[in-house]
Amino acid sequence: MKSSVITFPGSNCDRDMDVALKKFGFRNKMVWHADAELPKSDLVVLPGGFSYGDYLRCGSMASKSKIMQSVINFANSGGMVMGICNGFQILVETGLVPGVLLRNKYLEFICKNVFVKINDKKNKYFKNLDNEVLEFHVAHNEGNYFCTNDQLKEIEDNNQIAINYCDENGKIEDQFNPNGSIKNIAGIFNKEKNVLGMMPHPERMIDTSLSGEDGSLFFKTLINNLK
Amino acid sequence: MIVNEQVAVDHGLKKDEYNKICKLLKRTPNITELGIFSAMWNEHCSYKSSRLHLKKLPTKGKKVIQGPGENAGVIDIEDNDAIVFKIESHNHPSFIEPYQGAATGVGGIMRDVFTMGARPIANLNSIHFGSPQHKKTKNLLRGVVHGIGGYGNCMGVPTIAGQTSFDSSYNGNILVNAMTLGLVKKDKIFYSKAAGLNKPVIYVGSKTGRDGIHGASMASASFDEKIEEKKPTVQVGDPFTEKLLLEACLELMAGDSIIAIQDMGAAGLTSSSIEMASKGNLGIEINLNKVPCRETKMTPYEIMLSESQERMLIVLENGKEEHAKKIFDKWNLDFAVIGKTTKSKKIELYFDKEKVADIPVNILVENSPMYDRKWKKAKLPKKNKIKKEDIKHLKIIDVLKKILANPNICSKEWIWQQYDHTVMGDTIQKPGGDAGVVRVHGTDKAVAASVDSSAVYCWAHPLTGGKQVVCESFRNLVSVGAKPIAITNCLNFGSPENQENMGEFVECVQGIGEASDYLKFPVVSGNVSFYNQTKDHGIKPTPAIGGVGLIKDYKNMITMDFKEVDNLVLVIGKTEGHIDQSLFARTILDEKNGPPPEVNLFNEKNNGETLLKLIDNNLIKSAHDVSLGGIITAIAKMCIKGKKGIKIKKPKYLISEIEYLFAEDQGRYIVEINKKNFKKVADILDKNAVHFEELGAICENELYIDDKTKVTIDELSTSNKSWLTKYMSK
Repeated sequence: MKSSVITFPGSNCDRDMDVALKKFGFRNKMVWHADAELPKSDLVVLPGGFSYGDYLRCGSMASKSKIMQSVINFANSGGMVMGICNGFQILVETGLVPGVLLRNKYLEFICKNVFVKINDKKNKYFKNLDNEVLEFHVAHNEGNYFCTNDQLKEIEDNNQIAINYCDENGKIEDQFNPNGSIKNIAGIFNKEKNVLGMMPHPERMIDTSLSGEDGSLFFKTLINNLK
Repeated sequence: MIVNEQVAVDHGLKKDEYNKICKLLKRTPNITELGIFSAMWNEHCSYKSSRLHLKKLPTKGKKVIQGPGENAGVIDIEDNDAIVFKIESHNHPSFIEPYQGAATGVGGIMRDVFTMGARPIANLNSIHFGSPQHKKTKNLLRGVVHGIGGYGNCMGVPTIAGQTSFDSSYNGNILVNAMTLGLVKKDKIFYSKAAGLNKPVIYVGSKTGRDGIHGASMASASFDEKIEEKKPTVQVGDPFTEKLLLEACLELMAGDSIIAIQDMGAAGLTSSSIEMASKGNLGIEINLNKVPCRETKMTPYEIMLSESQERMLIVLENGKEEHAKKIFDKWNLDFAVIGKTTKSKKIELYFDKEKVADIPVNILVENSPMYDRKWKKAKLPKKNKIKKEDIKHLKIIDVLKKILANPNICSKEWIWQQYDHTVMGDTIQKPGGDAGVVRVHGTDKAVAASVDSSAVYCWAHPLTGGKQVVCESFRNLVSVGAKPIAITNCLNFGSPENQENMGEFVECVQGIGEASDYLKFPVVSGNVSFYNQTKDHGIKPTPAIGGVGLIKDYKNMITMDFKEVDNLVLVIGKTEGHIDQSLFARTILDEKNGPPPEVNLFNEKNNGETLLKLIDNNLIKSAHDVSLGGIITAIAKMCIKGKKGIKIKKPKYLISEIEYLFAEDQGRYIVEINKKNFKKVADILDKNAVHFEELGAICENELYIDDKTKVTIDELSTSNKSWLTKYMSK
């Protein structure tokens, strides 16, 4: 399986994602934001970080990068595109997934492990994953997902919510919401479910010495689903 | 502007220093030159009060590749890998403007590290605030934490450990010390020594603005009521530009274009150009019209003294300009050839085709003032006798809960959750342990780092305090299974012109020197921050020690959380019952006098090295050093982290239970071992003449003392975790 990770000025999880993808069998290429062409890929990842220093609005400037037109075309033709953290922020700025990401409710950067419940498994990201709940890691300042009531209705009708913040047993309650996201939303799909944006970093959970190993489950499932 | 004695004094120079300048130059300096002298000769840049004493520190060792004198120290961690590290203060600016002050402190220290060719892999910090009740404390704490996070998070460098304390002596002068570790190949280290004639001098990074002019001079003076007026001397940080600068510099460093490189930190273009020229025994000629400026009509004086951030000065090989420019263009950074190296051994500046400064480099550097300041030796205070009736009524569990909730002991999760501590995917020990640990990417090795200070001990007896801080750093590294290699120090003190403060400095440095020499734990980099005082009120002496150690196989790393029920818990090291200056004495008995605990360097070394042997033999399940709050506090923290209980039996000693549990004797560790290994462990400890005691066994959920008192771990955890969060949400 071939993957591409886009590096924007200010990306800082691009290497971590490269390490994770390769560990689970992807042949990964790093792609520079100013390139026009996307290499042939089965998966494109927009990594975390602070593209353009988060100036103007998180993800806003990166969404206008030269490479992004190719990424948008790739997504619109059904290609798998995953945005993690700042990558999620870039995705909402392109409109590939609905909604916006506001500043965290308590106005503070938050870095810690969280539990997320998988809401939908009829897609190539989570299909065949045995677990209902995964322990992931978040590290962000603007992860407070928000959308209009109409958008929310549409998202729910189309079953576009990918993962929600919850406790270790999968209970979705306010107290397990780290950033104030509407409905505890941690990740969301486009209508066709080939585009996934999420705040948690699975690439930081890929061996027992790190924060945990549920990221390994995620990547193993992902590559198998793409085969 | 006409330069005279008064103008020089307004620049922070003393009258005799000004006369010395005129004598050395054989003329009156112009205003740009005076600015340059004031920047180079202030305390912050010239170390004029400290140099004499710093020379005495041990700085050499088998593992030391580069000691003090460069942008940062470098140590060997084998396999052609080296760690570049340093700690630096940003105290004065952080008090004036906490967010930017702290942020640029972090930015500055990272630049020091990647200037040497190393990619930063970990940040640490030591931050100290006034009393929690003081009206400024909360906002300063919030601003500093946001600033540290704002910069470090954006750079994508994990903040893996730190230290926070509160003490009323910091009410008017907070301390913000930032430390960075970087990883470099031993044969790809870059230095600041210029070499060769007519080599292009390159300016890269951000444009120069009017921010931070006289920042270093501001940091070399005490505060008074006009402090608000000093805001313009605080630099403004742009971590995004620094991230680009980091990537661009490392890309250029992969080739062989660079002869010398130096970041523009304190005193900006002035100190960077002079330092490179001085080390290379060369001259440098700069055309100031070529310097990229952010604002219009900047004068030579302003350009030379600006402390705008995220800038570097590079001496390139001839003919490499195009290649280098391409890299900086790719990262959207300014790149300008602003001058060349010369044989004049002078710093010569041109602006609008006129020569605006012409100073021999050696006058600025070698002839800079050095003072043997008067200082007072501190007496060892008399020991207090604890009166039985003072402690008779105390209930141990209540005292323990109070101590766990004390601002200087309580969990600092509220702080470190705001720092990205997991980016780069190699953090294997997060903040909250004895030391932070990161893997050396792609290898089995890991590097441990810790930052420590004990202002109370240093205040009570500077010589003992100085030794103690180094030992504590040593212990924190040993506790995670790392072999201690070297330290960096950040020496935060009051005014060197005050004999008592100067005495504290001299004796703390002596203590640091003695301990680091004995423990073979040399000082490879550091920074001095004097004048941490408002009017005549100085801070408690606060040398911060950043220690670095190596774990050869990261899978053997030790953490402090209790692991398994029925495992045995031992105390390594002897408990004499030293209560003076302990957290117990200060907060429960309200007794602030007396000597700090004695430091026995032989025991420190022997106990630490023996524990490392036990760890090497896979005999240790968890470990934690005993420091503030004594044995019971250390144990409680291990219980909280491991969500396990313990049944403690106090050994039959002459000292009372309170003294045994809360004393802060040095050189001690708590360790957890498997019951079946007891004999093996005891043999190794005995053979090495290490004193130890069996304390008890791990159980579920509750902490028992001598079967008669008990408390749930949940209760202890609540005491420990709630203070800071509550305080900050009020």
